[in-house]
Amino acid sequence: MNHLGFDTEKLKIGSFDFTCCEGCQLQLANHESTLPEFLALLDIRNFREISSERLDDSDIALVEGSITRSDEVERLKAIRAQAKVLVAYGTCACFGGMNAQKNKFPKEECIRTVYGDKQIDTMPEAHKISDFVQVDYSIPGCPVSKEEVERIVVSIATRSPIALPKYPVCVECKQRLNTCLFDLGEVCLGPISRAGCDAVCPSGKTVCLGCRGPADDINYASFTELVRDKGLSTEEMREKLAFYNGFTEYLNHEG
Amino acid sequence: MIYKVISKNEFRAFVDALVRANTSYGPRQVDTGRNGEPVYQFMPVSSASEIAFDYTVTTSSAKHLIMPFREELSKFRFRDGDWDQEVRYDAPPIVLFGLRPCDINAINILDEVMLNGPYPSPYYLARRKNTFIVGMDHLPLPDCFCRSMNRHTVSRGFNLFASDIGESYFLSINSSKAYNFLKEFETTEPTEEDDCKLIERRKLIKQSFKTNVEVTGLPMFLDLEFDSPIWEKWGNKCLNCGSCAMVCPTCYCYNVEERVATGLESSSRQRRLYSCNLIDFAEVSGGHNFRPKNGDRLKYRYYHHYRGFAINDNQQICVGCNRCGRTCLASINPKEVINDLRLEKESCMTCVSPSPQRS
Repeated sequence: MNHLGFDTEKLKIGSFDFTCCEGCQLQLANHESTLPEFLALLDIRNFREISSERLDDSDIALVEGSITRSDEVERLKAIRAQAKVLVAYGTCACFGGMNAQKNKFPKEECIRTVYGDKQIDTMPEAHKISDFVQVDYSIPGCPVSKEEVERIVVSIATRSPIALPKYPVCVECKQRLNTCLFDLGEVCLGPISRAGCDAVCPSGKTVCLGCRGPADDINYASFTELVRDKGLSTEEMREKLAFYNGFTEYLNHEG
Repeated sequence: MIYKVISKNEFRAFVDALVRANTSYGPRQVDTGRNGEPVYQFMPVSSASEIAFDYTVTTSSAKHLIMPFREELSKFRFRDGDWDQEVRYDAPPIVLFGLRPCDINAINILDEVMLNGPYPSPYYLARRKNTFIVGMDHLPLPDCFCRSMNRHTVSRGFNLFASDIGESYFLSINSSKAYNFLKEFETTEPTEEDDCKLIERRKLIKQSFKTNVEVTGLPMFLDLEFDSPIWEKWGNKCLNCGSCAMVCPTCYCYNVEERVATGLESSSRQRRLYSCNLIDFAEVSGGHNFRPKNGDRLKYRYYHHYRGFAINDNQQICVGCNRCGRTCLASINPKEVINDLRLEKESCMTCVSPSPQRS
């Protein structure tokens, strides 16, 4: 297929999951209105949600999930070794995601609470995949936005620049004419979280928990001052910042 | 301009008929704030009962109804190694009900920018021509400063304007369309008493302002204060969230982007309203950012609003609605920034020299 001078050979794509709910991969099978066109761009080599092919020659490897077991590290490195482009796909792969909640507690306590006396092989902490391999692109989101994934895949197919929005969720939230959740007395991470979700949570009157991680060059000091000025709980703020593990550098820096 | 008086009930019936027959937007209560205060927005309305006639102010302006946050400029179709472009200017007619004088003045400023410059926007023109505006006056909120900007009254840019004179509205009819619509409703010629009531109403509005922002000579102050430390001070507060520009009735800066359809058979060129406070507003190809600092970006927003247009077009584009000030989570507002700027200069002790003696 030749398209505007671009040779748009189908992109060989594989999708792999680690510790996660596979919800981000399921998103790819969603959005039926453009599903045939989307699949026409791809040559699916390995993707258990939508194909029975099990080949290991992908150009693009989508990696969903965080890393919580030592055998996962080996599998991840093998995927990296054969993929031309590796994409951290979804919040768990990008930041550790909500699996990283366990990082706050002793390992034994976590295992006992969830599995009782059963012996489980697990690492003390849930990790983002970039702790072990080089990541070429990140598509954050819990779950990812199918529209954004399509846009990025189209950009790869047409050799166009790939970028996520650099600004925070407030931009999209204001465009949807939502009432600011701070005005309703809530702590919302919208002012410091990366946009691209079309402010889906605040539009449903649910605060932003920053599943897409921090926006570029956020003003963290001003944000914490805002929470204090409004008489809201900084403890609640810290809990929310820790939810998806995307703000660790700010929380750690604060000590 | 033709003036008429209409009873409040009859006006309601007129508005009801108008919004039932047309795609209409008007103030509606959308929420109740933390302290029990109602929150309003310009939303779709299909009957008078949905309209909050006695609303205070909407959180966001009506700008996006004439200048959408995202708008398709053209569509491209790729076929047989070639392409064709489709451009559409058609905009369905809409009614905007309940705009304040500052909001209508804001649209007049957008007209100036989008229609009277060297490159008039046909997209804007199509929407503007098909927009029927009904204005309403109101008593200012404690933080409104449109009087300082001389935008608290309006004499053009609307089809119909209703001033509250107690039991009835004093109507200013500014278009034949509005005049013809009103023919089917009962109106009277203003009596001398009505005229007096209108003048009293205007006086009351004028005297009710609690916030004054001194803008006299501001463009020159801004010139002198280009390197002032106050920009860094306020910039350090700025969250770079762009909320100010989104709710502003005159911020019109935009970004244009291309979106290739998933099937690669077409693409869409879209304009998105942007904000000069966003981190990558001045980022160019290759990655260089001309305004990487918060303070610089904030400064240029103030320059655009209070300096650039004042020098080039003899008007400031801020109308004094203070929506930006109310929406800003970091408590940045024009009144305090401008006062800070003036104080910095006016109370400067190092550069004070005695005035020359009168001879």
